[in-house]
Amino acid sequence: MPQHLTVNGQAYEVDVPPDMPLLWVIRDVIGLTGTKFGCGIAACGACTVHLDGVAVRSCALPVSAVAGAKVTTIEGLSAKGDHPVQKAWLKHMVPQCGYCQSGQIMQAASLLKLNPKPSDEDIDAGMAGNICRCGTYTRIRAAIKEAAGAKA
Amino acid sequence: MSTIENLSRRTFLKGTAALGGGFALGLILDPFQPHPFYGGFIGSAEAADAAPPPAIPPPTATLSPNVFVSIDNMGTVIIVAHRSEMGQGVRTSLPMILADELEADWGRVRIEQAVGDKIYGSQYTDGSRSVRHNYERMREFGAVARTMLVQAAALQWGVPAAECRAQNHKVVHAPSGKSLDYGQLVDTAATLAVPSVKQVTLKDPKDFRYIGKPLASVDLPDMLVGKAVYGIDIRLPGMLYAAVEHCPVTYGKVKSFDASEALKVAGVKKVVEIPQNQPPIVFNTLGGVAVIATNTWAANEGRRKLKIEWDYGANAGYDSDAFRKDMEEATAKDCKIVRKEGDVLGAMRDANKVVEADIYVPHFAHATMEPPAAVALVKDGKCELWSSCQDPQAVRSTVAGAIGFEEKNVTSHVALLGGAFGRKSKPDFAAEAAILARQLALPVKVTWSREDDLQHAYYHACNAQRITAGLDASGKVVAWHGRSVFPTIWSTFEKTDPEYGHKIELSLGYLDLPYAVPNIQLENGKAKAHVRIGWLRSVNNIPNAFAHNTMANMLAEAAGHDPYEFLLELIGPDRVLDLSSTDYWNYDQTYDEYPIMTARLKNVVRLAAKNAGYGKKLPARQAVGLAVHRSFTTYVATAVHVKVDKDGRVSVPRVDVACDAGRVINPDRVKSQMEGACIYGMSACVTEITAKEGRIQQSNFSEYPVVRMPDAPREIHVHIVDAGNYPPGGVGEPGTPPFAPALCNAIFAATGKRILELPINQGKLAV
Repeated sequence: MPQHLTVNGQAYEVDVPPDMPLLWVIRDVIGLTGTKFGCGIAACGACTVHLDGVAVRSCALPVSAVAGAKVTTIEGLSAKGDHPVQKAWLKHMVPQCGYCQSGQIMQAASLLKLNPKPSDEDIDAGMAGNICRCGTYTRIRAAIKEAAGAKA
Repeated sequence: MSTIENLSRRTFLKGTAALGGGFALGLILDPFQPHPFYGGFIGSAEAADAAPPPAIPPPTATLSPNVFVSIDNMGTVIIVAHRSEMGQGVRTSLPMILADELEADWGRVRIEQAVGDKIYGSQYTDGSRSVRHNYERMREFGAVARTMLVQAAALQWGVPAAECRAQNHKVVHAPSGKSLDYGQLVDTAATLAVPSVKQVTLKDPKDFRYIGKPLASVDLPDMLVGKAVYGIDIRLPGMLYAAVEHCPVTYGKVKSFDASEALKVAGVKKVVEIPQNQPPIVFNTLGGVAVIATNTWAANEGRRKLKIEWDYGANAGYDSDAFRKDMEEATAKDCKIVRKEGDVLGAMRDANKVVEADIYVPHFAHATMEPPAAVALVKDGKCELWSSCQDPQAVRSTVAGAIGFEEKNVTSHVALLGGAFGRKSKPDFAAEAAILARQLALPVKVTWSREDDLQHAYYHACNAQRITAGLDASGKVVAWHGRSVFPTIWSTFEKTDPEYGHKIELSLGYLDLPYAVPNIQLENGKAKAHVRIGWLRSVNNIPNAFAHNTMANMLAEAAGHDPYEFLLELIGPDRVLDLSSTDYWNYDQTYDEYPIMTARLKNVVRLAAKNAGYGKKLPARQAVGLAVHRSFTTYVATAVHVKVDKDGRVSVPRVDVACDAGRVINPDRVKSQMEGACIYGMSACVTEITAKEGRIQQSNFSEYPVVRMPDAPREIHVHIVDAGNYPPGGVGEPGTPPFAPALCNAIFAATGKRILELPINQGKLAV
């Protein structure tokens, strides 16, 4: 049952069942481990990737659903790690353990693409699906505002 | 090209020898590629670019005065990080200390992660003690290397060593202005005898180059681009993936199982029973049935098809509500006295007013974002193991025991930890990986699901307390009678299945009640554990800080005094707390070196209150609440500004944290730990683990809510006390305990509703 998908601009044909979640195709089959497993039920956001530029939870998305779409993972967000969100994250030294941050960054990049000047309430709503157990939320908020300014 | 690659090459050669020609350890440990975790320069990209290019042949580590530091003849300083990185920044802070004394240029320092080996001393990254226990050592190791480089320069120049000094990766001869880079000195330095630490001079703290400066974590750049490698990310060629079904009841056993349907799932290769260990379980495997497949998802799909018959065993009746009632009944009766001063019962009889409270804090699970995961390879009598672990030596011994190997044949590698909070001190999951890898003779990765993580944790002990306190006519506290009951962590470790709290647990904010009360009696009652009990960020300090600060606030109310002034009064005069009547454990430190000083406790209360604008007029249903607690030798006061909506929804516009951690190494990471501890403490106000019929009722974040962005404090301001005259204190945990009581005291001030149990029932706060 070959499945076809495009990840970070590269086309893949993978021999997996159509209902296998995209997360495990990315991590275990393709071997890109920047996208993380956190819950398996789309409740924590650690697995966030972009589907045609919009944040989705890859742990609950069957690989068959992404045929023909462009998947972007944290490894493909920018060529040199210099996306405005990544630069803002660096400046505010957001991560602690860092594990959820791939998902946080992908979610924030998607949020800013849809809403370049988010209010605090927009940030609350846009980031509510991404859990950080280290508790970096205040820095995430500051970094999103920074990135929003940088984009202006 | 350095010892980092050399180390990888040794691993590679070992792997080659073990598995025959043509084997390469693959993506993660390709010995010929610098790896983002094991190799690579730290510091800024510019610094890395400015570093000398790799030489051919590769430079050699010619100066290695101890196992923590070596310098090669290109001048690259390699510092060994022997503690585990879980977000606290220890892979940065300990090397900063050594690099500072060495006068090394941070941009020419590389960090090598140690495997588990007693040669480094304790590697147990727990108890907020990495800096406390290694500050002096790291300074000495750095100073020894610096002294040798200075002596080498003096020898090369033929001048007195006293005329030479180390400065930013060079030794300078002041009279002539000559200087030599460290790389030019290592060959000579390596011929010198290594001086003892008594023969070297440590820097004057005013000359510190890095200590006290906010440096970026060495792992930060990799974390932003998906290159940081956690235990769950390790991949080896030919590796299989395992999911393990454990008995839903703690210490239950597999009676029989039918794997026929599981084996029909595409990708499933094998189904293997993991042996059962009986209590005391320690870090040994719980037992269960493992499904091994070509990827994690297939393993999970196969696992769902398993038919297992369990013998649920003695804990099948565990009901956490009934257990709470039992504990509360125990607090209503006389318990074992663990601290006694004066005559509490007499003073209570004579008191003008008596205040009593029953306080309860439930079980919690660590819920690290990265669930437990490990990769093992067993071949020809050797085991290579990679995991997210807080103690690679404990992994080594646990794994060796699980597969019947001698420890010397187990190599325990440490990956980054995607959160830990005490869970990853317990390497049961690593033992599972080793058992499966041994049986299959192939590399195996074990990944716990979120359900596994929440339903088979080493739980934070639930805790019931009754506190009775008496006030005299002037509103002064004259008697404090506390009883505390909780299942002990030691039940997980001791054959006797103890029921009283261990002295270490009682020392976590209980025995060291810091209030100036003439009559004090503290007691501890019995409770029997029915799940694995373990330590979770700040441990018993969570219920103890909650109980003590809540009662202090209730007494202020009863006395008709302002809670802030009352708290300062209750802590009382400046003094070193006299704990001579108790069997107190001071976080592995002598009491002389780290005494409990009430002046420092009051100072953080004042600092937090001042910065929070305590006392200013706020709108209705808003207030600032305070709490203070000393734990892990560090003093933290938290001021929470709360807003309670008419429907009972609690929000926190601002938090001020004042922290006195003595000498601070990396202030930004101290701040970030305090920020994170507020969130962790706040999650304890919104979540709980409960059990019915022996089964944990929460399975995923849908049932185990934790603080998310909209719930989190909008602002957290951390104020670090300049206390460099005191030795360093812990910072990973001490920010957690004061948050919940500060929030609940704020809610009381805002609504008049007293919260005596966690989690907070917000519905009861509605108007």
